[in-house]
Amino acid sequence: MIKMRTLEIAVGAFMVVGLIALFFLAMHVSNLSQLTGGDGYRITAYFDNVGSLKVRAPVSMAGVRVGRVESITYDQQRFKAVVTMLIEEPFDEIPTDTFANIFTAGLLGEKYVGLDPGGSMDFLVDGDLIEHTQSALVLEQMIGRFLLSKAEEGVD
Amino acid sequence: MIRAPVDALASLGRGVLDIVASFGRAHLLLLGMLKGFPGLLMRPRLTLMQLYSIGVLSVLIVVVSGLFVGMVLGLQGYYVLSQFGAAESLGVMVAASLVRELGPVVAALLVAGRAGSALTAEIGLMKTTEQLSGLEMMAVDPVKRVLSPRLLGGFLSMPLLAALFSAVGVMGGYFVGVGLLGVDSGAFWSQMQAKIDFNEDVLNGVIKSLVFGFVVTWIALFQGYDAVPTASGISRSTTRTVVNASLAVLGLDFMLTALMFGD
Repeated sequence: MIKMRTLEIAVGAFMVVGLIALFFLAMHVSNLSQLTGGDGYRITAYFDNVGSLKVRAPVSMAGVRVGRVESITYDQQRFKAVVTMLIEEPFDEIPTDTFANIFTAGLLGEKYVGLDPGGSMDFLVDGDLIEHTQSALVLEQMIGRFLLSKAEEGVD
Repeated sequence: MIRAPVDALASLGRGVLDIVASFGRAHLLLLGMLKGFPGLLMRPRLTLMQLYSIGVLSVLIVVVSGLFVGMVLGLQGYYVLSQFGAAESLGVMVAASLVRELGPVVAALLVAGRAGSALTAEIGLMKTTEQLSGLEMMAVDPVKRVLSPRLLGGFLSMPLLAALFSAVGVMGGYFVGVGLLGVDSGAFWSQMQAKIDFNEDVLNGVIKSLVFGFVVTWIALFQGYDAVPTASGISRSTTRTVVNASLAVLGLDFMLTALMFGD
């Protein structure tokens, strides 16, 4: 029969190792270490088409992630998609005439919002709206346009 | 002339009734075991001993299997992904398959084989040697005293074992992918962290393993408690534990996956 003390030590070690494994999965394998925790400010933008943009998709400037998409809803008055973005605290000097585009990472990668800063001296603050936007490029529409132009060439 | 088909029909009916009856007995036993949980707070040593025999003694097989599964995933994943020029996504592939599926499921199958069969044999032997009735004669409820701590032990051990399996598996995948095949180390981790979501992937894996731990231990204990008290009866019950628990884990995995990941 195994001694109680040895048994207690073994179970304690098992608990510690198991919890370390869970902690490793949480902090090192998943995105928990990158979560902003809600610090920052929110800006919104209207898009004609967001394509397959997802909540939590990155918002980047010059390729650097400055925030994440917080929510995507539909505005019934304007017939447009409303994208709310949470921009992280350090990036608080984004000009008001900034351009928001929806890009695709790589050929088949995920959609993300790219901010292209303008020249204004005023900066976006919490609750502001980005006026200038460009929708996502939808592959099907592009192929459709390409085929149409080819067909028209054929008619001439 | 007409008797053979009628007999066949009767035996089919008997079989179905037996299954329904054993389901009922299993649920009554579960109710009894759950009633014993509050009492376990007063006597934590009972659970501690089960954590040792179910959890600690399963660590070795779980760690070794996790390491090899991770290494194989790294190897196979690299060959497939490098054909598409996407070998950098190896980290995501290894981590997603381990955290979402293989960690909880394979750990549960291993525990069903290693600890579940031992539990059935132990309880079955206690029944055969009339230790359970002995306890009852001393006015000690064997369900609360013997079975409840085992259920709690299995329930608590499984998420830790599954996490251990996944963590060691990721390391195995890293060792093969980055160490042996030359995938970029930074890309391996950064792609993994970008794509694996804590709530969607890691927490759902933990929930799965909690369910599996509960079900595997429950099946093992019921089979032991319900065993025919003979040598062959115990051996049949032990086999049934491994078969039923494995099938339950795989079936539940499908249902849980459909619930968790099906938008």
